[in-house]
Amino acid sequence: MNTSYIEIRNLSKKYTVKDNSVEALKGVSLTIPKNEIFGVIGLSGAGKSTLVRCINLLEKPDDGEVIIDGQNLLELSKQELRLKRQKIGMIFQHFNLLEQQTVLENVCFPLEIRRVPKAERKKKALEFLEKVGLADKANAYPSQLSGGQKQRVAIARVLTNEPEVLLCDEATSALDPETTKNILNLLKHIHDTMGITIVIITHEMRVIKEICTQVAVLDNGVVQECGSVKDVFENPQSKSAKRLLLIGETEEANYVG
Amino acid sequence: MLDKEMVKMLFEGVRDTCYMTLVSTFFGYLIGLPLGIFLTLTDKDGLTPNKAIYSLLDVIINITRSVPFLILLIVVMPLTKAIVGKSYGSTATIVPLTIAAAPLIGRMVESSLKDVGKGVIEAAVSMGAKTGTIVRKVLIGEARTSLLTGVAIVLGTVLGYSAMAGVVGGGGLGDIAIRYGYYRYETGIMLITLVFIIAVVQVMQGIGSFVAKKFDHRSK
Ligand SMILES: Nc1ncnc2c1ncn2[C@@H]1O[C@H](COP(=O)(O)OP(=O)(O)OP(=O)(O)O)[C@@H](O)[C@H]1O
Ligand SMILES: [Mg+2]
Repeated sequence: MNTSYIEIRNLSKKYTVKDNSVEALKGVSLTIPKNEIFGVIGLSGAGKSTLVRCINLLEKPDDGEVIIDGQNLLELSKQELRLKRQKIGMIFQHFNLLEQQTVLENVCFPLEIRRVPKAERKKKALEFLEKVGLADKANAYPSQLSGGQKQRVAIARVLTNEPEVLLCDEATSALDPETTKNILNLLKHIHDTMGITIVIITHEMRVIKEICTQVAVLDNGVVQECGSVKDVFENPQSKSAKRLLLIGETEEANYVG
Repeated sequence: MLDKEMVKMLFEGVRDTCYMTLVSTFFGYLIGLPLGIFLTLTDKDGLTPNKAIYSLLDVIINITRSVPFLILLIVVMPLTKAIVGKSYGSTATIVPLTIAAAPLIGRMVESSLKDVGKGVIEAAVSMGAKTGTIVRKVLIGEARTSLLTGVAIVLGTVLGYSAMAGVVGGGGLGDIAIRYGYYRYETGIMLITLVFIIAVVQVMQGIGSFVAKKFDHRSK
C-alpha cells in the first residue's frame, strides 16, 4: 500500500506587514502518499502558495513540521537543506527561467549547481529537452519561446536533478486551456515514467480533474476537505468545496459556449 | 597655435586621461562590485539579510559619496603619497579617483542587482544553489546588461573627476585645459581640449552601450 511520503503537520504561517497581520496558514496538516499526484485547490488568497513554499522551506513556517521521506526539513542544517532541495523540484507560474541564458544553459543549471562535469551536463540536459519535445530549441533564448514552451524548459530543468518530489505552484495558470492540457499531460507522463510524487497547486477545478488522484481544499488557511478527487467532486462536504465546484462548472460552460 | 608640440601634448593628454579613467574604474570595481553584492545580499529582502552590515556599508557609502571630489582629492593626499610616492601626476590621481568611484560603483551595482526578478532567484534557491552560485549565475548573469550600462556611466563620471584633478596638477586633458585655458587664457587650446574630452566620453559610452546591447537576450 501507499506509505506517507510528505507529511505536513500543523503548519502555521503569519505575515505581518506594518500593523496588519494575515494568518496565511492556520494549522494545516496533510499526508501525501508516495507516487501520488496530489492537488491543492483554493481561491485566491487561500494560502496555497504559502503552503507549497513551506514544503521546500522557501518560506519558513512559524510553527509545524514538514517531513519528507522521514526527514524533518526544519531540523536540517543549511547544507543538508540545500542537498534535500535538489531532490525537491519546483515549477512556477511565471517559469522563472534565466533570461540571459539559452534554453540549454537553463537546463544545465541544476547540474552545474551539483558540479556535474560539463560534458555530462550537456548530454543530460539534451536528453531531458528531448523528453519535453524541445531539443530543437536548445540554443534559443527564453524570450524567443511561447509560454507553454517556457514551462517545458522549466520542467526539463527541474527533471535533470531526477527529483523525488515535484512542486507545481500554478504551473499552468499563465497558459491557455489547450497548452494547459499539454503541460498536464507531460506532467502525467513524467509521473508515470519517472515515479515522482507531484504536488499541484491550482485555483482551477479542471487541472485537478485532469490529473490529480487526491485533492485537498484549502480556504482561509485551513484544509476544509481532503480525499480522493472522485469523492470530493461527487460528494463535496464543505462549503468551500461546493463553491469551487460551482465556479468550476461555470468556467467549463464558458469554454464550451 | 597647433604646432607639433601641442598635438603631442594633446595626445599625451588623451592617453593619460584614458589611463587614469580605466585604471581607476578597474580598481573601483574591485572594491565596488563586492560592495554592491554585499548591499544586495544583506538588505532586508536579500538572500542573507543582515541589518548591521547593511547599515554600516550604507553609511560609509553615503559619507564618501557626499564629499565633493576636489575635497576628497586633497584629504587623501597623504594616503596617495604613501601609496604612489608623490601626490601629483596621473598615477597619483588614480588613488582619489578609485576612492571616489568605489562607493558610486557599489550603489550602481546594488541597483542593477536588485532589479533581478525575485522569481529566478527563488528558482535557484529551490534547486539548492549556494549563495555564491546565485550571485554569479543569477544576480550578475541576469543583471549583466544593466551592469555594463553602469560601467559606461561610471567611466563617464570618473573621466569627469579626472579632469577636475587637473586643478592640482593631476595630469591628463583636464590638466591641459586648466593650465592653458585658466592660467594662460588660451581659450582656443582649452576648447580643443574640451572637444577631446567629449570625444573620449562619447567613445567610452558608445562602446559601453554597444557591448551592453550585444549581450542582452531578454525580449526587447
Ligand atoms: N510575502 C507576504 N507578505 C505579506 N502577506 C503575504 C505574503 N505572501 C502571502 N501573503 C498573504 O497571505 C495570504 C495567502 O497568500 P497566498 O499567496 O498563499 O495565497 P494563494 O492561495 O496562493 O493565492 P493566489 O491564488 O492568488 O496565488 C494572502 O492573504 C496574502 O495576502
Ligand atoms: Mg499563489
